Amino acid sequence: MDGIMTTTHAVEVRNVFKNYGDVEALHDLSLDFPKGELTSLLGPSGCGKTTLLKIIAGLLPATSGEVFVNGETVTGPGPDRAFVFQDFALLPWASVLRNVAFGLELRNVPKSEREAKAEKYIADVGLKGFEHKYPHQLSGGMRQRVGLARALSVDAQVLLMDEPFSAVDEQTRRKFQEDLLDLVQNENKTFIFVTHSIEEAVYVSDQIALLLPRPSRVSEIIRPGGFRHKDPDSIRRDSEYLDIVDDIWKSLRTYVE
Amino acid sequence: MFLRYRPLLLKILSTVLIFGAWEIAGRAGVSFAFPTFLESMAALWGLTVEGTIFTAYAETLKPLAVGIVISAFIGIGLGVWIGLSRKFDWLVSPIFIVMQSAPLAALIPLLIMVYGIGLTSKVFVVCIMAMPVIVLNTAGAVRNTPVHLIEMGQSFLGTRRDIILKIIMPSASPIIFAGLRLGVSAGFIGAILAELKITPTGVGDIITYSRSIADYPNMYAAIFSIIVFAVLFLNFVERIENFLFKGNNKELVSD
Ligand SMILES: Nc1ncnc2c1ncn2[C@@H]1O[C@H](COP(=O)(O)OP(=O)(O)OP(=O)(O)O)[C@@H](O)[C@H]1O
Ligand SMILES: [Mg+2]
Repeated sequence: MDGIMTTTHAVEVRNVFKNYGDVEALHDLSLDFPKGELTSLLGPSGCGKTTLLKIIAGLLPATSGEVFVNGETVTGPGPDRAFVFQDFALLPWASVLRNVAFGLELRNVPKSEREAKAEKYIADVGLKGFEHKYPHQLSGGMRQRVGLARALSVDAQVLLMDEPFSAVDEQTRRKFQEDLLDLVQNENKTFIFVTHSIEEAVYVSDQIALLLPRPSRVSEIIRPGGFRHKDPDSIRRDSEYLDIVDDIWKSLRTYVE
Repeated sequence: MFLRYRPLLLKILSTVLIFGAWEIAGRAGVSFAFPTFLESMAALWGLTVEGTIFTAYAETLKPLAVGIVISAFIGIGLGVWIGLSRKFDWLVSPIFIVMQSAPLAALIPLLIMVYGIGLTSKVFVVCIMAMPVIVLNTAGAVRNTPVHLIEMGQSFLGTRRDIILKIIMPSASPIIFAGLRLGVSAGFIGAILAELKITPTGVGDIITYSRSIADYPNMYAAIFSIIVFAVLFLNFVERIENFLFKGNNKELVSD
């Protein structure tokens, strides 16, 4: 075990390759995720962001290369990581309450305890009063928040969030971004956050990894932060913030064209 | 008002049309062996008043019930196993695919040779009819559990057992139930076939006996009663199905 590395990086990805048959999704990707920080993965659709997240989660084996979480090699899912799925992955036959408590249910937490915890996180994500509704009775954004509450409730060290705000409206999205910043500040957790929005990435991230189109590698690592201490509204007008957004857009647009 | 009762009105209308056509065909004398609708109903009334029909059903339902229960338990069990294990699928599925398309009538002499003409053979016939569709439906449903739900279970540290019991089974159960319903209707056919081909008992006996003494109204009354009974029973199963899965699986259907 690497003593120095473990204190600074919650997750380390080392020379990871991933092939799906003859499709090469990831090519020699290496990336460190500092402990207690939020790292965004930003890149064109289909470049392998979900794939990378699933490899870190231990849901997919890498074709070659290694992933360390707190210095230990990942061989499968673990209690130190929780996943927010891009497609929500809610149980359609279970109420919101059971869905949110499901992670705890699988960890054999007693019913009353896990439901109390779930209720707290349901309220936190703004779904109070919907505890006994079913997923098909919720909007896309509400379902997404159920998935978010489920991941938060298991209290994992590393949160893997695959476009967690993609289906919420702009106001909710901004509120969530601010809540997320609070979470990063207050809980000593490491967040790995996939998004398609450059502004969102710059706004919430300590570190942004720009990924190349398939086969994906990290093309650039950007560390915004000069404006982190400012209040939310002035950040969006901050010149450093706007410059970084612009730079990233310039890098990415070469792939769009 | 009218719109609300439209399905019911249409059902009544089509029933009246069918029975009307039967009555007319019977009166027109399609065949001397084809009684009119009213004659058949009168015969059915006779059988009911005598109580013959009830003792007959008690007899017919025996192999049916035993066969369906066996097929349900073994069929769902095997189906789940097939759905979970590729190897087992490869090994066992072909048997049921063959069973589903095998000409049952040709197997009956073989069954009689091995199990005699008693209840056992009849139960076998019901099982041969009912089991394949239950097994194949269950296996398909289990195999098609949405991958993202299984991944979710794994990522939250569900054991294999948790994932089977808490994700795969509930996700598959509407389709398993539909398979069960198809199995029951196939079992009905099996039960009657067994009574016609092995030993005439129950409703099969009424049919065989009435035909032998050329009492065609009685024969048609018995056939008619089976159809009505099967439809009512399947309706009942469908009600249970709707009750159990009252729309909570809408999302499953759409994605
Ligand atoms: N199970 C799979 N089998 C085969 N190919 C796959 C599979 N999953 C993903 N891929 C391919 O790997 C590539 C990366 O997919 P991935 O889902 O990781 O992209 P993504 O960056 O998350 O995209 P998006 O931003 O649209 O969510 C895609 O080209 C996709 O076609
Ligand atoms: Mg993705």
